[in-house]
Amino acid sequence: MPEDTSTPVLTEAGAANSVPSGTLAPDRADLRPENIQDAVIRLAGNSQDGIQTAGAFLARLAGRSDHDVMTYMTIPSTISGGPSIFQVRMGTGEVLSAGDEADFLVAFYQHSYQDHLDFLKEGGVLLYDSDNVEPNLDDRRFVYVGVPITGLTIEALGGTAKDKGKNIFVLGLIAKIFNLDAEKLKKLITEKFAGKDESIVNTALMAFQAGYAYPVGNVLTKHYRFEHIPKPSGRAQITMDGNQALAYGLIAGGVRYGAGYPITPWSSVMETLRRELPKYGGIFVQAEDELASVSIALGCSYSGYLAVTGSAGPGISLKAEAIGWASMAEIPLIICNIQRGGPSTGLPTNVEQSDLHQAIFGSHGDSPRVVLAPSTVEDCFYIAIEAARIARKYSTPVFILSDTSLATRIEAFDEPDLSKLMADPKPDLTPRQTFKPYPIDQITHHVPPGTRILDGKYPLLAGLEHDEMGHPTGSPKLHMAMTAKRRNKLRKLAEEIPVPEVYGHQEGDTLLVGWGSTYGPIHDAAKMAREQGEKIGALHLRHLHPLPNGLEKIFAKFKRIVTVEMNDQGLYGFGQLATILRARYCEPKIQSITKTDGLTFRVKEILQGVFPGEFVSARGYSPNRPVAGNGEQDVDLARSESIAQGVG
Amino acid sequence: MSETTTTAPPPAEAPREKLTKKAITADHPTWCPGCGDFAVLAAFYKVLEKRQLDHEKIVTLAGIGCSSRFPYFVNGHGAHYIHGRAVPLASGISLARPDLHVFLFGGDGDGFSIGGNHLDHGARKNINMTYFIMDNFVYGLTKKQTSPTSPIGFKSKTDPTGAIDQPVNPMKKLISAGATFIARTHATQVKHMMEMIERAFDHQGFSVIECLSECVEFFPDVFDPADPKKGGSFEVIHEKKWDNTPEDELRHDVTDELAAYKLAQLPFPGVFGVFFQNERPTKNSLEKKWIETTRDKTGGASDLELLQKTFDRMK
Ligand SMILES: Cc1ncc(C[n+]2csc(CCOP(=O)(O)OP(=O)(O)O)c2C)c(N)n1
Ligand code: SF4
Ligand SMILES: [Mg+2]
Repeated sequence: MPEDTSTPVLTEAGAANSVPSGTLAPDRADLRPENIQDAVIRLAGNSQDGIQTAGAFLARLAGRSDHDVMTYMTIPSTISGGPSIFQVRMGTGEVLSAGDEADFLVAFYQHSYQDHLDFLKEGGVLLYDSDNVEPNLDDRRFVYVGVPITGLTIEALGGTAKDKGKNIFVLGLIAKIFNLDAEKLKKLITEKFAGKDESIVNTALMAFQAGYAYPVGNVLTKHYRFEHIPKPSGRAQITMDGNQALAYGLIAGGVRYGAGYPITPWSSVMETLRRELPKYGGIFVQAEDELASVSIALGCSYSGYLAVTGSAGPGISLKAEAIGWASMAEIPLIICNIQRGGPSTGLPTNVEQSDLHQAIFGSHGDSPRVVLAPSTVEDCFYIAIEAARIARKYSTPVFILSDTSLATRIEAFDEPDLSKLMADPKPDLTPRQTFKPYPIDQITHHVPPGTRILDGKYPLLAGLEHDEMGHPTGSPKLHMAMTAKRRNKLRKLAEEIPVPEVYGHQEGDTLLVGWGSTYGPIHDAAKMAREQGEKIGALHLRHLHPLPNGLEKIFAKFKRIVTVEMNDQGLYGFGQLATILRARYCEPKIQSITKTDGLTFRVKEILQGVFPGEFVSARGYSPNRPVAGNGEQDVDLARSESIAQGVG
Repeated sequence: MSETTTTAPPPAEAPREKLTKKAITADHPTWCPGCGDFAVLAAFYKVLEKRQLDHEKIVTLAGIGCSSRFPYFVNGHGAHYIHGRAVPLASGISLARPDLHVFLFGGDGDGFSIGGNHLDHGARKNINMTYFIMDNFVYGLTKKQTSPTSPIGFKSKTDPTGAIDQPVNPMKKLISAGATFIARTHATQVKHMMEMIERAFDHQGFSVIECLSECVEFFPDVFDPADPKKGGSFEVIHEKKWDNTPEDELRHDVTDELAAYKLAQLPFPGVFGVFFQNERPTKNSLEKKWIETTRDKTGGASDLELLQKTFDRMK
């Protein structure tokens, strides 16, 4: 490492784009901007450095600039911080996944550099804090840009702020490198810190300016510019994470009451609702435990206001008995499970999709309920509205299965047309002449307490098997009839669920089937495989229970069906969705690719699982044909990183 | 299967009839003949008749147990929930619908064992409801297991040589948890029961009544020491009248937590009446206040405008 750290360090790899080491590139004004469509930027540091904040600014800027954006982050499970990353993928096309490898790695510390270098693509740029990081400059695969980030931040902010503000300094650097709209970013910074002490806004702007003014152009051979392609929809973009989208979707769906107990990664949903619902005249209760929270929510629902409760796996287990009651008493209720690695405390800050069976079956007795899963952050918003609609229409508990990945990542999406979406939350207390809560040949719709029943016979909601008025019965005939009634209403629901569209080939060799947050990587994988000539399609299920009718017709058109799931292959070798599909369709050609490493699927992991033994790299794969000279090495890398555990 | 339950459109405002015992009576109780809970039901009917509440606003709720069968025997809106969780169910109803009269019934196992934590938190949060616990010192429905209030030495199916665990003292538990109305009564004393129910009902907040209600099947005669007809004595609490008389000095100040605790220490069968009562803002009122101040700031915006404004900030 050179002595004088205030001079940018440049070392470039490879002959193709080589500038002799140590020689400064011409001034950036002379450089032709390289138009790019897509960039993956990974910020690696410690969580207390505010890299999430910096990343979120990039995401929101992308949203305001009509770019597609997706972020990915890891949360350390320690409270006081620890290594953490925030990754932003911005692009002008459709950004589906957060990216398999980074074009740009920002390393704040030596450990950040060591842990994430493998993720940087060849020819990618390592931007490092030369005050803290000593990279191996002999490794000529990458472009090295050393900037004394810590020192310059302290210098810019006048010492008292220590190195707080490094994140914003780096944001300035990135803004310069990628030709981002500095004015928009400054506006975002001002908005974010507005309301706080004015000096905080000023400090942040100073740090940004210092980063932006840094002559980074002297060391980079290119400067990048995102192509501007206006969105076809013409609607403004809004930027938020999946838990926010879920919370606001619930509000749009007319949910005004709820209760919960804190647990990662569900807590931010309840925090948002606790803060927001009073504006709408509602209440979200922080209960003493999950048994109480589901019970409070059921009380609210019974009283006429469709309510929500939620948790992650361990808390959902505690709610299971009450959900059985909701099924028996036929009460509308929304239950959010923001899944994490299990069982037990498991991997509390990692992602997994291992609660599907719990959602479908987790109670006692035959207790039908509905299970939905959002595929993107945007879908978290819409699925919440859908869940509310179904809960009301079928008077049933409805699960929303989200996960850590959706909960924490930020995406920009078209602003929803709220005027068409807002549901009326008010209970209908119109008096009834006569009322039966459980008519055997109709779907139950309870009347809330406070409703006059003019013939004087009031309904009772019962956990005991009951007759049409809700009174207990031990009659086997009635139990059979009521069990069928509770099940048949969900068969009715299945009839109205649209059959999802198949992406890619409509018939062929392979159909990838997914659910939840794996939507992006699965679709990227299908796209890549198609480009290589595979006859492959992808199907994503938002309605998992009941399944839409008509899937069998789609399945019949493919030689094999492969589900892609973040859960274990289980005793019999199939992921949780595959197990359900195999039981439902008795179809041996249904297989699965599963993994439980606590991380989202990379595209190449999926491709490797679907086409085992063939060459796979992050940029594509080619059947049995290593491409470039260094292909071997890529294969090794791919193998060592892929932890696809259950292919079968 | 059609999608909606069809009912004829109702007349705008139908005339109200008097709320009679007949109107509020539902199924014939399934309790054993002689069970103390019958008298509780009778007292409840009488209070409803006396107070002439709007029929549709009466909500009876319960968990699981013999005593928790209660809602089936009251013709009114209601729900029979799961074991031990009726307090949070009732909390949801009470918070979302302050216009309703929320009555909750249950047993000692339901309230002090499996639901013990919910009792504490309902009390501390002071959620508005009237909770009547029929304490028979035993698990009735599951046929004679030790309950959290079974006295040491009680021979049950789970303690064949006699219970060994220290029982819960319901009054102490409720005082320390922060319930704002705490009373004790006896199922043989219908007038006293009615008085306690009425006072609990009139109290704003979390009101709990423990009622000694005999399980004739599994723990007969246990409450005779407090039943004058069986040779016992029913000692009522004399509350202060604040009349500056020397007698008043000796009477009980229901707002005095320590005095209430001392009464709760008295050996079985103890005393009956209101142990403790104080005024503390209910969660219902505190949440309402928060809603009102929040809504004041929004300047009467519609739900659509509110959410739109939030989204505008996220652009
Ligand atoms: C979760 C659960 N655990 C256990 C039971 C079985 N159970 C039903 S009632 C009861 C005890 C009831 O005792 P108590 O609350 O004192 O009511 P009592 O029958 O004495 O009136 C038990 C253990 C149950 N229904 N649900
Ligand atoms: S078992 Fe006991 S508590 Fe239950 S109904 Fe019979 S007498 Fe009453
Ligand atoms: Mg009992």
